[in-house]
Parts: sequence; C-alpha cells; structure tokens
Amino acid sequence: MSATLPAAVRVWGLGGAGVATLLLVVELVPRLGIVDARYLPPTSQILGALAERLGRAELWTALGQTLTTWFTGLAIALVAGVALGVVIGSVPWLRAVTASTIEFLRPVPSVALIPVAILLYGTGMASTLLLVVYASFWQVLVQVLSGVQDVDPVASDTARSYRFSPLTRIRTLVWPTTLPYAMTGLRLAASVALILTVTGELLIGTPGIGRLLGVAQSSGAVASMYAYVVVAGLLGVAVNLVARALERRTLFWHPSVRGEAVA
Amino acid sequence: MSGTGGTGRMSGTGGTGGVRDRVHAAEARTGARTGLGRVLRSVLLVVGLPAVLLTAWWVLTDGSTSYFNPPLRTIVGTFGETWFGSPFAESRFVQDVVPSVLRLLAGYGIALVVGVVLGVAIGSSRALRAYAEPVLEFFRAVPPPVMVPILMLFLGIGTSMKIVVIATGCLWPILLNTVEGVRGLDPVLRDTARAYRLGRAATVRHLVLRGASPQIVTGARQALSIGIILMVISEMFAAKDGLGFSIVQFQRSFAIPEMWSGVILLGVVGVLLSLVFRAVTNATLSWYLGYRQSQHGGA
Amino acid sequence: MTGPDGSAAASAAPSGARLDVRGLRKVYPGSGRSGSGRSGRGRSGSGGAGAPVEAISDLTFEVRPGELVCVVGPSGAGKTTLLRCMAGLLPATSGEVVLGESAITGPPEGMAVVLQEYGRSLFPWMTVAQNVELPLKEKRVTRRRRAELVRETLAAVGLGDVDGAYPWQLSGGMQQRVAIARAAAYEPRVLLMDEPFAAVDAQTRFDLEDLVRALWKRLGITVVFVTHDIDEAIYLGERVLVLSARPTVVLEDVEVGLGPDRDQLETRGTAEFARLRTHVYELVQQAKQGVRSLAAARLTHTVGGADV
Repeated sequence: MSATLPAAVRVWGLGGAGVATLLLVVELVPRLGIVDARYLPPTSQILGALAERLGRAELWTALGQTLTTWFTGLAIALVAGVALGVVIGSVPWLRAVTASTIEFLRPVPSVALIPVAILLYGTGMASTLLLVVYASFWQVLVQVLSGVQDVDPVASDTARSYRFSPLTRIRTLVWPTTLPYAMTGLRLAASVALILTVTGELLIGTPGIGRLLGVAQSSGAVASMYAYVVVAGLLGVAVNLVARALERRTLFWHPSVRGEAVA
Repeated sequence: MSGTGGTGRMSGTGGTGGVRDRVHAAEARTGARTGLGRVLRSVLLVVGLPAVLLTAWWVLTDGSTSYFNPPLRTIVGTFGETWFGSPFAESRFVQDVVPSVLRLLAGYGIALVVGVVLGVAIGSSRALRAYAEPVLEFFRAVPPPVMVPILMLFLGIGTSMKIVVIATGCLWPILLNTVEGVRGLDPVLRDTARAYRLGRAATVRHLVLRGASPQIVTGARQALSIGIILMVISEMFAAKDGLGFSIVQFQRSFAIPEMWSGVILLGVVGVLLSLVFRAVTNATLSWYLGYRQSQHGGA
Repeated sequence: MTGPDGSAAASAAPSGARLDVRGLRKVYPGSGRSGSGRSGRGRSGSGGAGAPVEAISDLTFEVRPGELVCVVGPSGAGKTTLLRCMAGLLPATSGEVVLGESAITGPPEGMAVVLQEYGRSLFPWMTVAQNVELPLKEKRVTRRRRAELVRETLAAVGLGDVDGAYPWQLSGGMQQRVAIARAAAYEPRVLLMDEPFAAVDAQTRFDLEDLVRALWKRLGITVVFVTHDIDEAIYLGERVLVLSARPTVVLEDVEVGLGPDRDQLETRGTAEFARLRTHVYELVQQAKQGVRSLAAARLTHTVGGADV
C-alpha cells in the first residue's frame, strides 16, 4: 500500500481489482476444465449472452414487470406498515393486545403463502404481490413500532401537558422520531421485496426476470441463465444503493451514519 | 463518544435498578396490583387477540362450502392425520418435516461458520475489505432464489443441492454483518488488547467475536428467515420429500384442507425456530442490552 | 480507601524497569493517520489531507527504575503520540524507546497501559473481575494466583464488592479504577497512563491521584503519567517533563522536591507547590506560543521564587 495515493482512490482501485479477479476466475475456471463449461460458461460467454439480451425488448419488458411488482408491493407494505405502526405504537393498550399476534405472524415464512396465492389469484401479478406485501410489511411495521417507542418520554409528557391533539402529537413528536426507523424498515423491506418478487416469478410464473430465468433453465440456455442472474444481482445492487441513500438522507444527523462517513 | 461522562450512570452495583424502577412504575400505573391479577392480565394480553382471531376464522368459515376456503374445523381435523398419522415413523412429520428442518440446520450451520470465519478475516484487514466488498455486495444483492436453478446444474436435485442453496443464501447477510461488526470494533479496545499482549486466538475469542456479536446476531437473524424461504423453495422446485414439497403436492392434487394444514405447520415451524433463535441470542447478548441502555441513559 | 491494607501483595512485586527515550521522532504520513487504532483524539492541527504531520520532532529523556514521571504540555503537543510510541502501539519514525535492555518494537512484556477512555478500554461483555483477569490468563498465571490477584487489586482500588458487575453499570471514576486494577494485577514493571483522569469529576480525581501514588509506592514500579493538568502533574510526579507544542521537544525536565509523602490539602498548600505550579504554568503558556527551548522562554516569575 503506497501512502501517497489518496485513500479513496486506493479503495476504489482495490474494489475494482476484486471485481476483475472475479471476472477472470469465472473466465478461466471453465476454460481450464476445472468446472464443466456446460455448468459454468466463461465470463465472456455470459457477458455475450447478456449483451445480446440487452438488445431485445423482452429483457426490458421483464425488467419493467419485475420493478412494477416490486414497487407496488413495497409501496403497499410501506403505507400499511407505517399507518398501522404509528396507530398501534401510539396507543398503549393496542400495542399490548397486538404484541403476541405480531410476534407470532412475523416469522411465518411468506413462501408458505405460495400455494394459497396460486389458488386465489392464479399466476397473475396479484399472487406475487401477496407474497411481497406480506414479507415486507413486517419489516416496516416492526421498525415503525420501535421508532414510536423511542419517542422521548419527557417530550411526550410535555406534549401531553400542553394538551396537544393526538394528530398534532403524531405530526410534531411521533413522526420525526419514527421517520429514521421507517427508513431503516424501508431499506430492509426493499431487498426482501425483491427476493420475493423474483421468487414469485420463478415459482408461480408471474411475468418478470425470474420467469425468464425459469424459461432459460427449462430450455437449457445456461449462458442466458447466468446473464439473468447478473441482471437480478445488478437490480439488487441498485435497490440497495437507492434504499441506503434514502436512509442516509433522513438519517444524516444520526451518529451511526456520521460515524460511518468519517471512517 | 469518549466523553460519555459518568453523570448519568449508576454509581453502585445495582446497575439495572433504574430500569426496574421504571417497569414497576409502569405496572403501578396500569393498576395491576395483586400478583394474581397481574399474571392473569398478562396471560390475557398474550392469548386474547390470537384467540379472537382464531375464533373468528372458525366461525366465519364454519359451514363454508367454498372449495378454496374450507372450514377451519376441517383443516384442524385433517391436521393430525396428515402429519402425524400412524405409525409415527412413517408419518409425514418424520418423513418430510424432519428432513426439511435438518437440511435447513445443516445449510444454516455451514453459512454461520463460513460467514463468521470469512467475515472476521475480511473485517480485520482494511485492504482485503476494500478488495472484496464490491463483489460481496453483488452476491448479497442477488436474490437467493435465482441461485436454485444454477446450483441445480451442479448438484442435481438431491439433498446436497438443497443444503448448498440454503448455505449460499444464508451466507451473505452473516458474512457482511460480521465484516461490519469487526470493522466497527472500538479502536481503544483493540489497543488495550494489544497493550496487554493478547495473542491472536485470545484477541479473536475475547475481543473480535464478542465485540462483533451484536452485528453477527443481526446477520444471523436475517439469514434465518432467508434460510426458511430457501428450504421451502428448494423443495418446491424439485424434491422427493420435505415440508415445502408436501404442501405443493397437496395444492397440485387439490387436497385443500391438507394444503392449509401444511401452510399452518410451516408457520409454526418458522415461529418455533425464531423462538429458539431468540433464546440463544438473549443468552449470549445479555451484556449488550444492559450496555446499550447505559449508553442511552448516559449520553 | 487505599490505606495500608493489602500490603501482602507487595511481597511478590517486581521492581520497576528503566525506560529510555532516545531521539524519538514521529511523522504521520499524509491523508490522515493510516494504520489501525487511532483513538480519535488529537486530530487538531493536522493541516489538510495531503501533508505529512510531524507530531514529535526529537524527544530524548530517561525514566529511572521505580520513578514516577509526569508529562505535561499544551493540548495537541503529541503527548498521546508519545505514550503510544512508548507503549509499542505506534511505530516511531526514527529514534527508539528502550525498556530495560531491549528496544521496543511492539507492546513489550511487563508493561501495562491505562487509557483516558475508561468507558471504551474495558470489555463491556466481561464483568469487572473478568476484565482484570483476562490479561493474566494470557500471561499464563495459574488459576489460584489469578483469583488472588483479582481479589487483592480490586480491594486495593476500593472495588472489592463489585467484581461481578459489568463495567457499564459503574460510574466513570469506578470504571477507571477497574482499569487501574487491571494494570496493577498485571504486575508490570512499567505503568503508562494517558490522561487517565481527564474525564472524571474533580473529587473523584483527587481520590484516584492518591490511589496512583499509593499503588506506585507499594509496587515499586516505574510510572509515566501523561496529563494536561499542571497541578496533577506536580502533585503526582517526582519529576515533570514539560513538552513544547508540536512538533514536540522537551522544554524542561523539572525536579519536584515535594518529598515522598503527599497530601491533597497540605502538599497543594505548600510554597514549593505554588512555585512549581507558577513555573510550569508559565512554561506551558510559552510552549503554546511556539517557544521550543528553555533558553528562548521568557519567564517573568523567576524560578528562584524570591517572592514566595
């Protein structure tokens, strides 16, 4: 490590070298016969297949469908999670009554709903939406609940003594405290929603990237399968980056974010 | 950070006294005075809403003739014979549920070991971290289910494929959170360990693993729910046995009450696993809860 | 609280070691401090990102075996850097630190360190007793002896009854006592302390100062005590090293003739204490203004102290 290079350049350079290593290894391993090229085509072929797909409308349509399902599900989960979270969190007895139910329903795996969804909605988008909403809703709700709980008791007493109306209390006190938590919930929910969108597409057959992958698999187009995996991965990276940027914006004052920025 | 100050702290041994007081105050406010009343009340709170919901489901579907939505009575009626039919050794519980859970535990265990070991290694080296991070971020972002078709190429549809699917899906959250935890270790603690000449093994054991444990647990929790998803999905693709396989079989053969009973059983498995997980982590992280509370109060 | 009790521990006490600092120089390379483990303090004065920062220019001094030496200087004088170099936590750019016979390349055997950040130097997942015991385990001290040492040192710092508590359940002063107990139980030949009482309240501070003097006397070890507090340095030290501002050199090596027995009320009330205090205070003021040698310092109050 030379000390003269600025740290940022060094980090980016190393990261680039890491990516280059991955690409190189995937190129060489099948070419040297370490792994059968029918199972793992070299990087050049995967990227070739990817480039060829990028020129077709099919991929872009599928990408749009995947994003639509993802976004719709996430939006529904976010609205429902925030609304219910603020209401339940602000009313002590509601919170006490619902606690056990929430604790029980939250770990119920969303994929358990796949057969139910297929029975109810067939192979349309609604089936996958059900999975996406169910899985991401809990992420948001749980975060919002702990956010509401984090409201400063002194500030809360102050608000009560000035006889703030419930709405004013939520607007001026509960919401600002809860917002960062909601954003964390959103970040977690965003990646969970993507996982379940793709799952639904793969297993139920809802249109999208996942279904293209399934089709490629059944037709034995291995390079295309890898190309779709790359697309799904890049989509995931994009989702994570956007979600993290959003979280950071609302959390800029928070020590955990500031600490990260310094280090 | 360095100047959290001693003002807000307890100066005696009974450090959790303040918390206890607050809890007592809350109880006093809610008016549960007698011991029996308090117990009854908390039992009611835990059981109340679930009981109401189940009753509603029972009553609303009772006499339902809807094909897709059979009465809860029927579902419950088929539950026992579907999963625990005799002889027990040949019941679906032993033939399907147990293998599923064992595969999950195997894959999860592999991910835990590999993730923590790699995470400690990567987290301890600044250069290695910079080198590996973009690649790891990519793999973390790949929705794990898409790895199922890929891994099927290599491993067929047997048990090893399912275990590897679960392991590769669980690995990334554990690995990345461990890296984050190790990176976030307090440099003052690192200095202290060095100054007292703690060896490599002792440093990893007493400083790195303990210090990163809150983040490792966070990653492990995310990984557990991903693991359950993958357990089911890997069986829905292709399998000869398993909980997910059974549920799909029921759905395809239109055995609807049995399918519902499987959905419920899967839910119960998820809940039980998360309870076990919580019991284990509470035992290992008890210091962290108190520590966080003291930081919260003192800052 | 650290009366004449527990003197039994002194029976096995190792004697202090000699510590030599020879031509020590430390330059931080550009773009901040690379390498792990900066405690986050003392970042002030590092001009911009690119330029290397010379923290210590040329330091030479010695600490005799069994001596208690205090180091003072204006803030940002590289005191912490010096201590970290002496502890082997930070490699010197040139020059060397010699403990006993051998130059220090990493944290040496027989040296214990107490850092300012008490809240962060104790392992929060270990109880007080476990914190004290951990370095002893690593030193392969027998289980029985470990238990003995933990009990004795915790009693000696007045914490005999909280061994099962976690550090974060204690007040700041008590946490720093745990750190001191950990250092004492380690049975070091040299004890380095980096502004250990900077973050505790004034009253606790007096107690802790007396505790350090008592431990030092009982164990007969060499102690280097870095502080920004002039009164504290004079009260504690047999000698006080006054440092210049960065890049650091030694301005003066002041002998403290206050005798072996010190008392918070009496000692601080003596004329000698007042004279030393005035002198060191003036030196530090001059150091702040960039004076880099005793000859260049313009001291208005004469060292002879005819006026007191």
